[in-house]
Amino acid sequence: MSEVAGRRHQISLPQWATLPVVVGGFIVMAWIIIGLTVPLWAPYDPTMLAGRRFVPPGAEHWLGTDALGRDVFTRTLYGVRHSLPIAAAVIASAVVIGCTLGAIAGFVGGIVDEAIMRLVDVTLSFPAILLAMAVTAALGPGLANAAIAMIIVWWPIYARLMRAQVLAVREREHVEAAIASGATPSRVLFKHILPLCWSPIIVNATMDFGQVILLAASLSFIGLGAVPPTPEWGQMISDGALHFYRWWIAAGPGIAILTIVLGFNFLGDGLRDYLDPRSP
Amino acid sequence: MLSYIARRLIAMPFLLLGVITVAFLLTHFTTADPLTSIIGERQMNNPAVVAAARERWGLDRSLPEQYVVYLKNLLSGDFGTSFRTRQPVAQDLLVRLPATLELVIAAMIIGTLFGIALGVIAARFQNRAPDNLARLVALFGSSIPVFWLGLVVLFIFSVQLGWLPGPGRIDSRMPAPPFVTGFYTIDTLLDGNWAAFRSVLAQMILPACVLGWTVTGIVSRMVRASMLDVLSQEYILAARAKGAGELRILLHHALRNAMLPTLTILGFSFAYLITGAILTETIFAWPGIGSYAVAAARGLDHPAIIGVTIVGGMAFLISNLVTDITYALVDPRVKIGARAAQ
Repeated sequence: MSEVAGRRHQISLPQWATLPVVVGGFIVMAWIIIGLTVPLWAPYDPTMLAGRRFVPPGAEHWLGTDALGRDVFTRTLYGVRHSLPIAAAVIASAVVIGCTLGAIAGFVGGIVDEAIMRLVDVTLSFPAILLAMAVTAALGPGLANAAIAMIIVWWPIYARLMRAQVLAVREREHVEAAIASGATPSRVLFKHILPLCWSPIIVNATMDFGQVILLAASLSFIGLGAVPPTPEWGQMISDGALHFYRWWIAAGPGIAILTIVLGFNFLGDGLRDYLDPRSP
Repeated sequence: MLSYIARRLIAMPFLLLGVITVAFLLTHFTTADPLTSIIGERQMNNPAVVAAARERWGLDRSLPEQYVVYLKNLLSGDFGTSFRTRQPVAQDLLVRLPATLELVIAAMIIGTLFGIALGVIAARFQNRAPDNLARLVALFGSSIPVFWLGLVVLFIFSVQLGWLPGPGRIDSRMPAPPFVTGFYTIDTLLDGNWAAFRSVLAQMILPACVLGWTVTGIVSRMVRASMLDVLSQEYILAARAKGAGELRILLHHALRNAMLPTLTILGFSFAYLITGAILTETIFAWPGIGSYAVAAARGLDHPAIIGVTIVGGMAFLISNLVTDITYALVDPRVKIGARAAQ
């Protein structure tokens, strides 16, 4: 059993490098590189107000300028410097919190399991965006509070996943053998169970990256996330909606969100086919 | 299976209580004084109003006692007063509910019809070009920010091409139909006003398509999976051997059985549609609960946003419950243990 599982984790290039993974990986890498290097080569300053207002797309401003004369193309590129770190922070926190609680619930069982899983059930009873809106509104608008709200919304998904994985792996024979040979509970959990639990977590985290970027943009669009003049995509689209007939203001950030989320979805979809071939 | 359904039904009141508890905690962890979230800042200088609100919501008592008072008020339908509209939140929600339901139902019809068609085609041409195309559509569906898609289609179909009207539920030059059900499609018909009915339908096309698009992809993936399951069974082979036409096999033999598990997509897509409605309504100036929620969140209108959250949570819970139970009833083979463990 463990042999099969071990082989599944060996990475050999031809097998995982399917078209979706390569395309998705390329898009995501491109955005990461843009995010890291954009201050070095961007044509304009993202918050500079100097230019003419509402200039349509042209040679000078590829995606035109917005209501304050800022270059939309530059602001779109800078946007990734807000979206990606926030998504990474939210996913990392949600994975750490969710997996810790899920592993405890699955491994310890009993009343601890009940308490944690009921908390999970209640949190998942809300539509994600509504709960995120309510929490952000309660904490006060801002990107940091929006991030906290999204962690609150997202950790239960990982807790549920991790618990199911731990429960399934716990029944395997190699775990029984480890217990029989006198391994301590913590050794059983960390050495024999957890290493086999990660693949669905990784797939979900990759897919959720895109969803977190979408939700963060939605919250900013509503006016609960980033505050002006931050070049954040949702905030920029909200600006674009105000000046509806100047279509180019919302075009850049919209395409940016679409491509980066699509990239993560491709990546997650491809990884799932590889790591977890039996799922639909 | 009966015990599964019973277990779910027993858990229901506790989950509802959990939803309300979360809402209660949210009102208490707001950075604002919970009192201002009940009566609004302007009234804060009026000692009589403040004292009355303190009394009514038990704010001068301990937290557990406040919780009991809060529950009592909720049970009598009192969600507090919105300080934007100055109306009871419950009444605000009731007035806006038909608009949201009308949009969500239209979107559900569009989304599931396209989703089923796409899923059937994808399964028929498994791993070939149409299947990949369907997969691409599904991925796009979950990748496009719905508020941006709304702007784009409005700009193209309303501004550039002029084929469809702009935002709103009815032509702005027409009066709203006399209130009977709150569904404009039904109310205009009851009124016998054909021009208004046509306007209402035309107004609905864009938002319903945008909202429906958000579920098309998911529905198509589910239909594809269950079609593939069915198509590999022997009775399909038997039908082929008898010389049944391809279309007949797909629609008559396969889709019928594939639809059983897919029935649950109605409940399932409802959950997605609630989420999508919040942003779609905002873009299309649709006077429903979604745009109300956004306006409340923007205006930090705490009682309103908490009210929407409770109602949304309840709707979500009930639709999930109905989905799971129909799933268990329709497909007795469903591994309940495995599903519950997920």
